[in-house]
Amino acid sequence: MRNPRRPLPAWADIVLLPLINIALAFVTVSIIVRINGVDPFHALRLLVVGALGSPESIGYTLYYATNFIFTGLAVAVAFHGGLFNIGGEGQAYIGGLGCGLAILALDRYLPAWAMIPIAILAAALFGAAWAAVPAWLQAWRGSHIVITTIMFNFVAAALMVYLMVNVLIAPGSMTPQSRNFEPSSFLPAMQGNALNLSLGLALVCCLAVWIFLWRTPWGYALRTMGHNPEAAVYAGTDLRRMTMVAMGISGGLAGFVGVNELMGVHHRIVLDFPAGYGFAGIAVALMGRNHPLGIALAALLFGILQQGGAELAFEIPTITREMVVVIQGLVILFSGALVQLPRPWLQMLFALRRPS
Amino acid sequence: MKGLLVSLIALVAMGSIAQAQTTLKPAIVYANGGKFDKSFNEGVSNGAKKFTDEIKIAVVDFEPSNETQFEQALRRFAQRGNDPIIAVGFSQAVALEKVGKEFPNTHFTIIDSVVKLPNVQSVVFKEHEGSFLVGVLAALASKSGKIGFVGGMDIPLIRRFQCGYEQGVKYANPSAEVIANMTGTTPAAWNDPGRGAELAKGQFDRGVDVVYAAAGNTGTGVLQAAKDRGKLAIGVDSNQNYLHPGTMLTSMIKRVDVAAYNSFKAMQGGSWRGDVSVLGLKEGGVDWAYDQYNEKLVPPEMKAKVEAAKADIIAGKITVHDYMSNNACK
Repeated sequence: MRNPRRPLPAWADIVLLPLINIALAFVTVSIIVRINGVDPFHALRLLVVGALGSPESIGYTLYYATNFIFTGLAVAVAFHGGLFNIGGEGQAYIGGLGCGLAILALDRYLPAWAMIPIAILAAALFGAAWAAVPAWLQAWRGSHIVITTIMFNFVAAALMVYLMVNVLIAPGSMTPQSRNFEPSSFLPAMQGNALNLSLGLALVCCLAVWIFLWRTPWGYALRTMGHNPEAAVYAGTDLRRMTMVAMGISGGLAGFVGVNELMGVHHRIVLDFPAGYGFAGIAVALMGRNHPLGIALAALLFGILQQGGAELAFEIPTITREMVVVIQGLVILFSGALVQLPRPWLQMLFALRRPS
Repeated sequence: MKGLLVSLIALVAMGSIAQAQTTLKPAIVYANGGKFDKSFNEGVSNGAKKFTDEIKIAVVDFEPSNETQFEQALRRFAQRGNDPIIAVGFSQAVALEKVGKEFPNTHFTIIDSVVKLPNVQSVVFKEHEGSFLVGVLAALASKSGKIGFVGGMDIPLIRRFQCGYEQGVKYANPSAEVIANMTGTTPAAWNDPGRGAELAKGQFDRGVDVVYAAAGNTGTGVLQAAKDRGKLAIGVDSNQNYLHPGTMLTSMIKRVDVAAYNSFKAMQGGSWRGDVSVLGLKEGGVDWAYDQYNEKLVPPEMKAKVEAAKADIIAGKITVHDYMSNNACK
């Protein structure tokens, strides 16, 4: 036991530590559920069966996970460059606007093989553009990106409401939503379910982000900027340009939430479709340790919580949707804010096991 | 669920209900504001409660937390054999169009929007007519000639409230000025009493002495601010007069509770029809509230004028323009 602070092996860091965090969260949740007069094991069973018990529930779980992968990756890419992008919510919103506008303009003229890629590209471009403004302000004006990105969430929400209520609203519609998209823009989806091909796009994004971050010179420069900006400058990296690149990619990834929601599920532009996925992405990235594989797993967990939580509220009337948020919040607390809590214990255990 | 089944079976055994009712398993999917918003959703909840108290049939419900869950919850209830199912709020229209087609034998009711399917009953309200009346009363009660309006989220439905209200104000006092604010552009605007109070105070500072809140739970802040400053306030959806007697001028009542109750009741009695009902003053769907809490604030001559306007609207002598008919207040 010469060095109890020795770093953990990679598998323990990526797999074991999050598992312990989840276990701690569930112990805490159990106590609260118990106080509410519900058997925690019954609740846990309902949650797991509700999320993974049937093809339909698995479909919804994966559909939610798709959104979390996009926003989790978005946060992670920026984070590797030392940038804290809290604007995923707004970038997702505007990304959806981009893909919606492209579809509304072209869906009557283009076949699916042309319409779908164009709409996906538009989502990425609009999301990137929305992230580029705070990035520019940070790079050239020194405005802190945490403040500007979060402000841009509100600007995005206001812009969307203005557009939906005054400009894009379908004629004769009671509710602020655009006209229906033509089927040429629909992504192939599971029958009667929200799961659609966006999941494939999300997995491709995971792979692409991994290649970008760890197998390209740009990714190397980006990570150097995150670790030590002065070293990055010394190595010849243009920090301003790199900030723009990182936030552009980040915003583009967040914008894909619009693809999943509008092209995959709603098939029209609606209000409020980002529904907090942008913010949850921060927790997903933290929990996934900013690695695409970890993010995919964390997103799956969040999907399970989202879908299973809804089923829980469905089955047990005393567990309200607010309770479900508490449960999700505790899991996030333990896996995000308190992520380092069990680390010293684990390190000691490992040191005991291999005293060399 | 098990409890519900057991109680149903028990009721059947008691022979207190007819054969047709054994299959009645009503369900409600609430809007984003949640079941206990003291206003719109809670009205539906009260209607369901009244039905349960009377008929002894439990009503199950679900409070969605995002857009996708509307469709999911409606489908889940339909799959589980719940019937009829009430979808609360305009945001569920899209979801109901899909799910309604998938379950043609299930009966749905949507409140605040229209879905044209044979198995869907749509209930919408002429909020502009009720708002017109409280606008008339506001103009009569105002000494400064400046009238306030605080809306929730800036959407056509709330502009319809505002538009009807403005017409009522101008009808009673053509030189009156209406100062209007919307609370926000996100659904959080339905649930922000602090901001509601700030907006109301801002309006009071500009000389407003009567304010109308059409903002869900945000309205509770507006009504409180009016009480704190000794100004008059008008509540919405449910009768909120009792909240602050002395400063509550009136409330624009929207009988969502009756809509929910009637839907269940019609289903039980076998008279349920998939149609569109537009409930205005004439149908008793909207109204202004006059009770022991505000009778001191509304002298008989004021009351007479409002009642006269109400009679004229019902008789068709006054036409209140509906914002949503052309997305403009003219």
